[in-house]
Amino acid sequence: MKPAVIVFPASNCDRDIAVALEQATGKPPAMVWHGDTTLPETDFIVLPGGFSYGDYLRSGAMAAKSPIMRDVIEKAKAGTPVLGVCNGFQILCEAGLLPGALLRNAELNFVCRTVTLKVENSQSMFTSGFEKGQYVDFPVAHHDGNYFADDETLNRLEGDGRVAFRYLDNPNGSARDIAGILNDAGNVLGLMPHPERMISPLLGGLDGTAFFKGLAGAAA
Amino acid sequence: MKAKITITLKDGVLDPQGKAIERALKGLGFDGVFDVRQGKEIELKLDETDEAAARAKAEEMCRKLLANPVMENYAIEITA
Repeated sequence: MKPAVIVFPASNCDRDIAVALEQATGKPPAMVWHGDTTLPETDFIVLPGGFSYGDYLRSGAMAAKSPIMRDVIEKAKAGTPVLGVCNGFQILCEAGLLPGALLRNAELNFVCRTVTLKVENSQSMFTSGFEKGQYVDFPVAHHDGNYFADDETLNRLEGDGRVAFRYLDNPNGSARDIAGILNDAGNVLGLMPHPERMISPLLGGLDGTAFFKGLAGAAA
Repeated sequence: MKAKITITLKDGVLDPQGKAIERALKGLGFDGVFDVRQGKEIELKLDETDEAAARAKAEEMCRKLLANPVMENYAIEITA
């Protein structure tokens, strides 16, 4: 696997995800500045967490229009896997690669704690490290994680098995407890919780390690 | 020309900020306040002299960046 991590102004989980990817693949990923126009040779693209452009206008709105995103969108549509975590999920929605939007948390609080998720779909390359129905603990840290889509879209996501993860105890008001969704083709995953922050007993557990190992195994 | 773009949340989209404002207004004794919704307004100047052309440009800006059609509506006002 040859991952590339896109770095936006005010990304702040780019290093964490690079560490997690290196742990799973044995080599560091390419770090790509958002102002570049073409990706290096890659078979796995990551949009990391953070507060790109200070969350101005809407979270992820400006980053979704960054020069590099044209190539990201083109590659995603051609089948290259793309993972968006937290702000990366917001960017994927704003870029139109995933349906719906992430609204302000229902209780208006910035939520920063470890949450338990239920793996709803273990068939995707992103969730192959888990069993369907398994519970995993990942930290969340966001202000705009309240997943919203119209009922028709939500029904379609559920009907097609595109809800990858659900919150056990919904921290942000997300529709139908959705924490992470897949695109139609199954090669794009957006999720609010941070698997890259759960890759060592020192950080609280190894569920993130299983996530990235599963990914690397599925991509190999 | 000047464009004033008002962006509002669509009906049915939860607006926790509007709800918090509503609670604060009630706390101040403003009874009978309901359905408070918070939006945003963007003002910009365009080097266009034709109103229709200015409106078309502002429309395109809304579609491409300023508003998210999943959750927001927008209204454009063009003035000289």
